[in-house]
Amino acid sequence: MQAFTPPPLPSDDKRWKIVNGTMRKNGFARHALIETLHTVQSSFGYLDDDAIRFVARSLRVPLSQAYGVVTFYHYFSLKPPGKHTMTVCLGTACYIKGSDKLVAAAAKRLGIPQGQTTKDGNISLMTARCVGACSRAPVALFDGEVAGEMSDEQMLERLERWAVE
Amino acid sequence: MTIEELEQIAKSVSQENEKYDFEVNVCMDLACASQGSERLREALVKAVEASGKKVLVRRTGCMGPCSSGPLVRVDPQQALYHHVDAGHAEAVVASLGGEPVPDLQCDLHEHFDKQVRVVLENAGHIDPEKIDDYISRDGYKALLTVLTEMMPNGVIHRITESGLRGRGGGGYPTGLKWGTVAKAPGDLKYVVCNGDEGDPGAFMDRSVMEGDPHRIIEGMAIAAYAVGASKGFIYVRAEYPVAVARLTTAIREARRRGLLGNSICNTTFNFDVEIRLGAGAFVCGEETALLVSIEGLRGLPRPRPPYPAVSGLWGKPTLINNVETYANVAPIMRNGGKWFFNMGSERSKGTKVFALTGKITNTGLVEVPMGIKLWEIIDVIGGGVPGGHKLKAVQTGGPSGGCIPADMLGLGVSYDALMAAGSIMGSGGMIVMDDTSCMVNVARFFVEFCKTESCGKCIPCRAGTSQMFTLLTRICNGTGTMEDLDLLVSLCGTIKETSLCGLGQTAPNPVLSTLKYFRNEYIEHIVHKRCPAGVCKMEAPVEVLA
Repeated sequence: MQAFTPPPLPSDDKRWKIVNGTMRKNGFARHALIETLHTVQSSFGYLDDDAIRFVARSLRVPLSQAYGVVTFYHYFSLKPPGKHTMTVCLGTACYIKGSDKLVAAAAKRLGIPQGQTTKDGNISLMTARCVGACSRAPVALFDGEVAGEMSDEQMLERLERWAVE
Repeated sequence: MTIEELEQIAKSVSQENEKYDFEVNVCMDLACASQGSERLREALVKAVEASGKKVLVRRTGCMGPCSSGPLVRVDPQQALYHHVDAGHAEAVVASLGGEPVPDLQCDLHEHFDKQVRVVLENAGHIDPEKIDDYISRDGYKALLTVLTEMMPNGVIHRITESGLRGRGGGGYPTGLKWGTVAKAPGDLKYVVCNGDEGDPGAFMDRSVMEGDPHRIIEGMAIAAYAVGASKGFIYVRAEYPVAVARLTTAIREARRRGLLGNSICNTTFNFDVEIRLGAGAFVCGEETALLVSIEGLRGLPRPRPPYPAVSGLWGKPTLINNVETYANVAPIMRNGGKWFFNMGSERSKGTKVFALTGKITNTGLVEVPMGIKLWEIIDVIGGGVPGGHKLKAVQTGGPSGGCIPADMLGLGVSYDALMAAGSIMGSGGMIVMDDTSCMVNVARFFVEFCKTESCGKCIPCRAGTSQMFTLLTRICNGTGTMEDLDLLVSLCGTIKETSLCGLGQTAPNPVLSTLKYFRNEYIEHIVHKRCPAGVCKMEAPVEVLA
């Protein structure tokens, strides 16, 4: 039987080496699919077709299966994120403290529904199931940084700061 | 690593600590960190250097009362300071050796007095990134004692004797589960830790993984010895990056110390742990879905039997327990099964950690003995509902649980009592709701959650939760009818009876429990087209009297 040779890296972008490293660490085993996709997303910010193809071929996973995994898990994104991302937590504690109103206010201010990025690619408005900071509800994350007891005004002020950058 | 070496490490840590006159512990858990506890810690270090006093500034895991954060505890005085910011650092350091800073001191005696700390015994006392801190508090002692002095059977016997039940919410007797895996034929077995804390409003497991990661590794290693496994996986939500980082550090440190790896403590026992990341699918908290997710596939549950204990990861016998269950193992081994058995209520032993949130004064992490009355948690530990509002309900068990009304606060917290009341123990989220929450809207919130998170494999869950959501939306916006309500009830029954996994089987619980205790709110929405709490917006035109 001929030994398996992994496909060449899609480009000389250094980030592919990081992705390849995750696969090598797992011996190019099929069960490393989710791990590898995590590495792609943390390196590139999202998963595009080329990345999914490359990972699927490297791990000898059918493309349909790789795509199935990517779309099954909410954490994976097929679209590039904006320069900044605001995530509003919609966990139970946040919800009963009015986080749905925060989302509505942000959507109105940015002119986009949740899950989308502004046309200029500056700000993405996302929601999360629960970030586990329930004791400080309602919670919003500004580029990953947790801010608790968020009010409409505070949130809009921070969005304003991003908008004028 | 031998027990003598372990004791040597513990001794050198305490010798090191004796060099200091004071310890200033800074809580670095998410809630405190989001209020600048890292800046505070840096300011404290600077203030200590300037003062010339011998002070150890330590970063710790969650101390509990998050609503009072950032929290600082000064030892040996045991003075707890709340709402401390970087500007207070000099005052805190100046007060060392004298009277505590009066403005910062908080009186949370009532909050702490009713609590019993087993799982959280180290929280607020150790630096989660230092294995030696954990060892200095009897860490890994249980593992090494078990390896050198006990047979696997004896370990299982002790867990059975303790009466420990699964802390993920199901409440399956842990000893029985371990026994099944131990008896299952096969050389290759796995132990898995379920750290996919998906219930919105729950963060106990996050705090344990972040604040005391070695406790989980030790619990897993003991379990692996008992059932005959040599490989473990910790499945953690990707939404918990700090937990992943702390666990990674902990595993590396444990390997370095020879507490993971081959021939642990010069015995024939080999064990190692790997972390696997979740990717934001609630259904992966279900054990069969979690296992296929570890295999790198879509997290679809499958029918049981066969149970994972017989055929789990890659078809091998697999022991799967929750974070908090493993966290209880080392103390049980150290103190004996009887010690644990003597805590708690008749059929629910030991303690339970709850994440107390919502409309309550002291939000945060609490650990209480099983059997404690709900009012003790809400009124005494939690400090009651703030802002002059009235308590309406307590929600436990997340989307699989239910709402317990205010007049049932005399209920003792146990698996069976909560189940009888139409809710479940769940993993430990406890969300307090006051008169500003609409119970129909809350039910709709949870159904929306289950609808989105349904994996789509079985029809009752996939189609049923969608239909439930449509009916509840109609009721919420005032266009529902009494027939809708009947249909909702019958749909709940069908989904409960026929869904494949726990997600679907329990999805109707929030609806059924609110219908049981707050039926009048549903009727108000349908008949009178009004939301008593003023949350829902009515679409139907209100009839104007001529």
